[in-house]
Amino acid sequence: MLEITNLHATVDGKAILKGIDLTIQPGEMHAIMGPNGSGKSTLAYILSGRDGYEVTEGEVRYEGRDLLVMAPEERAAEGLFLAFQYPVEIPGVPNTTFLKEALNAGRKHRGEGPLDAMQFLKLIRQKTQELGMTDEMLKRAVNVGFSGGEKKRNEILQMAVLEPKLAVLDETDSGLDIDALKTVADGVNALRGPDRSMLVITHYQRLLNYIVPDKVHVLAQGRIARTGGPELAEELEAKGYAEFTTAAA
Amino acid sequence: MAATVETAQTVKEVAERKYKYGFVTEIESETAPKGLGEEVIGFISAKKGEPDWLLEWRLKAYRHWLTMPEPLWANVTFDALDYQDAYYYSAPKTAEGPKSLEEVDPELLRTYEKLGIPLREQEMLAGVAVDAVFDSVSVATTFKKKLHEVGVIFCSISEAVQTHPELVREYLGSVVPYADNKHATLNSAVFTDGSFVYVPKGVRCPMELSTYFRINAANTGQFERTLIIADEGSYVSYLEGCTAPMRDEHQLHAAVVELVALKDAEIKYSTVQNWYPGDEEGRGGIFNFVTKRGACRGDNSKISWTQVETGSAITWKYPSCILQGDNSVGEFYSIAITNNMQQADTGTKMIHLGKNTRSRIIAKGISAGRSNSTYRGLVKVSPKAHGARNHTQCDSLLIGERCGAHTVPYIESKNRSARVEHEATTSKISEDQLFYCRQRGIGEEEAVALVVNGFCREVLQQLPMEFAVEAQKLVGISLEGSVG
Repeated sequence: MLEITNLHATVDGKAILKGIDLTIQPGEMHAIMGPNGSGKSTLAYILSGRDGYEVTEGEVRYEGRDLLVMAPEERAAEGLFLAFQYPVEIPGVPNTTFLKEALNAGRKHRGEGPLDAMQFLKLIRQKTQELGMTDEMLKRAVNVGFSGGEKKRNEILQMAVLEPKLAVLDETDSGLDIDALKTVADGVNALRGPDRSMLVITHYQRLLNYIVPDKVHVLAQGRIARTGGPELAEELEAKGYAEFTTAAA
Repeated sequence: MAATVETAQTVKEVAERKYKYGFVTEIESETAPKGLGEEVIGFISAKKGEPDWLLEWRLKAYRHWLTMPEPLWANVTFDALDYQDAYYYSAPKTAEGPKSLEEVDPELLRTYEKLGIPLREQEMLAGVAVDAVFDSVSVATTFKKKLHEVGVIFCSISEAVQTHPELVREYLGSVVPYADNKHATLNSAVFTDGSFVYVPKGVRCPMELSTYFRINAANTGQFERTLIIADEGSYVSYLEGCTAPMRDEHQLHAAVVELVALKDAEIKYSTVQNWYPGDEEGRGGIFNFVTKRGACRGDNSKISWTQVETGSAITWKYPSCILQGDNSVGEFYSIAITNNMQQADTGTKMIHLGKNTRSRIIAKGISAGRSNSTYRGLVKVSPKAHGARNHTQCDSLLIGERCGAHTVPYIESKNRSARVEHEATTSKISEDQLFYCRQRGIGEEEAVALVVNGFCREVLQQLPMEFAVEAQKLVGISLEGSVG
């Protein structure tokens, strides 16, 4: 599904990623953990194609294709989804309009016709109910006036509607209270499947109590410092990241 | 029947009369000689078989116009206009248009397609001389019949001069006097045609009126003159313009629109302006210098202006409300989009004269490319306007590094009990928003259109339904090429 080889990247001329290797198979869930400033969000932005992040070396293949040459919207239409750490507000654009535009853009890219109003309404009604969201949230402008938890839930709703093949969740747990965390985790778990891969980026282990990954990677100082199973997350929770930040210093 | 005979008689008299100012009007010719002068005005008036009072009014306007300096206070720049190097009257063209859509500029057709305009309408808009015209005539005829049943008069202003001279004489120039401003004064002297609407007492006009359905709407172009009168307790909604790009050979457009709302009457006037803006360097666009004003003459009357301005090289336009009647309400909702080299200086004037008059202004300016957009507004509260209230909200959105947005609000309050509020914001379209949309699969230009439509939502909601849908698409099309 995703194959990252020797990835180096800079932001404003400063080296952030210094040789990342990571392979994710279809259906797998990987977690990337690491201290602040280790390059976790940079990796998420490079995968999704944000401007301002320069790849200086290495390559990223997505379903066998060169991901880095694709425009952000093309990556999205090909099934790559990023749940934002800080979901963006778009005043005046109702959530439903946004979802419909996004869904139909992807369908168009795949050569499918747009969903008509009835089909679309049925789809999002079902998805919002599954996520315990209200219809009222659909009418509001995208993320405007949403609480932290609502914004994150809204990201999961978008993911559920767009049904990506590879979902990158960037600190989806940050700023959530325990109830919201559970709801979001339930939403993510519901989307797990043999054809859908996920990359969960997190600072804390607590999300991984609810979303159990196949593999856990520690990202420190721009490299993957260690890889293990779910037990690695628990170890980190107990010991912290000191071992990784000092070792390379 | 009698009216027709009378009209024919008037035309004959005018055609045959010796022009009392000393020259004979040649009306055999279809086009007035180039340039501007009393003879040309006499020619136009004679062509239209106008009564003496109207000709005199035109000439009075012309003579005053000669004494007026060019208004140079707007935040726009252009070369001085050469008024003598233009034609002020030419008969509607026949058979010169393209024979089929294959002969029409493909660029124009692509835009029509994006707007989702049906083929038949495309032909009409592009001026293809085919039987589509018959369709429109028959539609318009049914339309007229329905209006006739409720007593609404909707015709060209030339026709109204003949059929309802008393109404025209009473109200023409009563809101925008002939000496109002340079462009309006020129319009008063040389206006060629436009719309006339009269809604009788207590009648709610059963449909949206649109120039599109007016018979003989062709070629009113350059100096359009519109007069709408809503008698006591009546209601009318009027749509002007068209989302399809309109091309015209004339550079200067100086229209005048006058609205009169009597006691308890309401007029809603919506405009979508999409005149040719010129090329990317700003060559060849239309100068749209328009005077629009409404008078809320009666108590509890209401006038609401909604405009979507995306076209023209230069837009100079301030649809205004004179709130004379007690408790009268004025509204102005505006979206002005400028791209490439376009310049817009637009806004409104709300003149509070009556007690408890209220006004609301929501203006959204979007600038892209190297364009410049200015909101200019006046809120004036007279000493007698006890309890007057105004709320103004001006928001500017910038796309790119080379455009400008300006807000120039004038507030004059001479009554202590008045409450006037002004809010203004300026923001740039954010990279975060665009990236967020693109990450969800929405292309860059669609993302800009989506964000801008969101920014304009409060105003778009004021438009009648079918107009709003087209206007949303137009917002996107106007900003094509503004990012990336």
